[in-house]
Amino acid sequence: MLGYTVKRLLTLIPTLLIASILIFLFIHLIPGDPAAILLGDSATPEDIAALSAQMGFDKPLWQQYLLWIKNVLHGDFGNSVFFKTPVLDVIADGAETSIFLALMTMFWIVLFGIPIGILSASFHGGWIDQITSGGAMLFASIPTFWLGLYLILIFSVGLGWFPSSGFPSISDDGGLTNLRYLILPSLTLAAPNAALIVRLVRASMLDVSREDHVRTARSKGLHPARVSIKHVFRNALIAVAAAFGFTFAALVSEAVVTETVFSLPGIGRLVVQSILRRDYPVIQGVILFIVLLYLVINLLVDLAYARLDPRVSLQ
Amino acid sequence: MQCGTALILGLKTILQVCSVALLELDNLNIAVASKDKLLPVVHDCSLSLAEHETLGIVGESGCGKSLTALAIMGLLEGSQVKITSGSIVFDGQNLLEMKPSRRRLIMGDRMAMIFQEPMTSLNPVYRIGDQIIEVIRQHRRISNQGAKQRALELLELVKIPQPEDRINSFPHQLSGGQRQRVMIAIAMACDPALLIADEPTTALDVTVQKEVLDLMLDLQQRTGTSIILISHDLGVIAETCNEVAVMYRGRIIEKARTRQLFSHMAHPYTRGLLASIPSVVTDTDWLEAIPGRVPTIDEQLSGCAFHPRCAHTKTSCSQTEPPLIEVQEHHAVRCHFAGEI
Repeated sequence: MLGYTVKRLLTLIPTLLIASILIFLFIHLIPGDPAAILLGDSATPEDIAALSAQMGFDKPLWQQYLLWIKNVLHGDFGNSVFFKTPVLDVIADGAETSIFLALMTMFWIVLFGIPIGILSASFHGGWIDQITSGGAMLFASIPTFWLGLYLILIFSVGLGWFPSSGFPSISDDGGLTNLRYLILPSLTLAAPNAALIVRLVRASMLDVSREDHVRTARSKGLHPARVSIKHVFRNALIAVAAAFGFTFAALVSEAVVTETVFSLPGIGRLVVQSILRRDYPVIQGVILFIVLLYLVINLLVDLAYARLDPRVSLQ
Repeated sequence: MQCGTALILGLKTILQVCSVALLELDNLNIAVASKDKLLPVVHDCSLSLAEHETLGIVGESGCGKSLTALAIMGLLEGSQVKITSGSIVFDGQNLLEMKPSRRRLIMGDRMAMIFQEPMTSLNPVYRIGDQIIEVIRQHRRISNQGAKQRALELLELVKIPQPEDRINSFPHQLSGGQRQRVMIAIAMACDPALLIADEPTTALDVTVQKEVLDLMLDLQQRTGTSIILISHDLGVIAETCNEVAVMYRGRIIEKARTRQLFSHMAHPYTRGLLASIPSVVTDTDWLEAIPGRVPTIDEQLSGCAFHPRCAHTKTSCSQTEPPLIEVQEHHAVRCHFAGEI
């Protein structure tokens, strides 16, 4: 398994290179000039051209790319045009928020999604199933901005239990108590995702429960709950594992709406704002980070498959 | 005087208990729930099986033989198939009146089952050793180590080569025949009084079929378990069973000791079944077949279930359903003209 992992990690390099070229090309397709945006409406064309040249945006695209990739290979992603700080620091700040947010969201998804899914499948057709399936449908279709705002209204404004916005960095002033800032946003994000996991766990378990080996398990005289968990759910987990991986990656990179509602400095918002600011170095860096994240998650999902299903062998 | 009567009554009860068969099905009726109605699939099935005996149930696919087996084993619960009336008495207890929790104490312990599909009947994610240990620890107070020891013995008993290695194999690493041996090991793990084998060799290669059947019979010799063998193969039944029940469209149409059945087949359907086995002695170009097809379960049919396909049909056949009549001791036939044709 170690050899396989190393091999897979090495294949990440060409993938990332190709991704970097595509990112670079697509970003420069966006109309607009970072110098013009920085200097504002009152700037003269001469000022803009001078700043553009100073930042190296006047060179041919291929030269810009080579220069950038050379620096990237040396660990230097350049400085943010907007923040004037190193791109890696900007990404690290965003990633801290996003990864904590995603982890906490995953915690809720596992805590609610899996048991409710199992319950729903075990009593399928009965009233428990109707309630949980209906609830899942409801939560899957509630827009996150609406749910987020209502959670703020009830738990921050009304009851005052949790802060309504922001996330003071844990790495800066320490203290895991800062995680309380993420409770409402993570619940907001968890609602639709947990609902999908409920549906997925239910569907996969119903599929598995029709398999012959489940009948064998029942013929052993096992308690139905044991058959459900040890035999049905354990097999259904193989399908659910992949969904977990990609949900996590999506939570880190695509939580723009929730991050906006709760004013969180996360990756999703960083991407959108950097695009609006034409902050090329940050866009390039952060999208490369997201690509890397998906590739690593993909690898982890494959490794998880091999752990969960003995029929899968890693070659 | 009263004391004497009580004594006689008591003795009678003891005698009755002693002569009671291991398994007794009485007028079992099974139906499939379909939309708003129940479609009967097994009609008034009565069978009995003594200890150490082997009962064969033969019939075409869809005749209700597997459903009868699943009903005995208690595996119909939670499905669309319901037992509508009748009783299944095992060891003197009516299984149908038992609470599910009590019934589970019997399943896998006193009564076990092996299935038609060895390729899919084992859980793909657990090692075969653990799947055997699971049933042992479900029913016996035994340490994991002790259960593992027993699992090794069982693998040896079912003639799996190198049990110490194989105990750690996953099902996909075994052949179909080996998987069926593992299923037999699971079934025999707690020395069941009754083993139900539902087409245990149908999915296997012919050469492996013989080995698996021999293994089951060998185990029966050693442990004295009773077997219900379900098959569509009269040859297999003839070789292995003491008693045979032939089913057609959910009904037992002939029931006899094996020897009796093969020497004095009385029902036209049973004869048709035997005739449709090609002979290896004479060179045949033509395969005998029973004309027509098995009617689907929702087709309404009056009279004898077999009359549309029977060569000897008379008017009364389509009017009244024949009862199962004893034509000789231990030989019952469901045909109006059992003695005549």
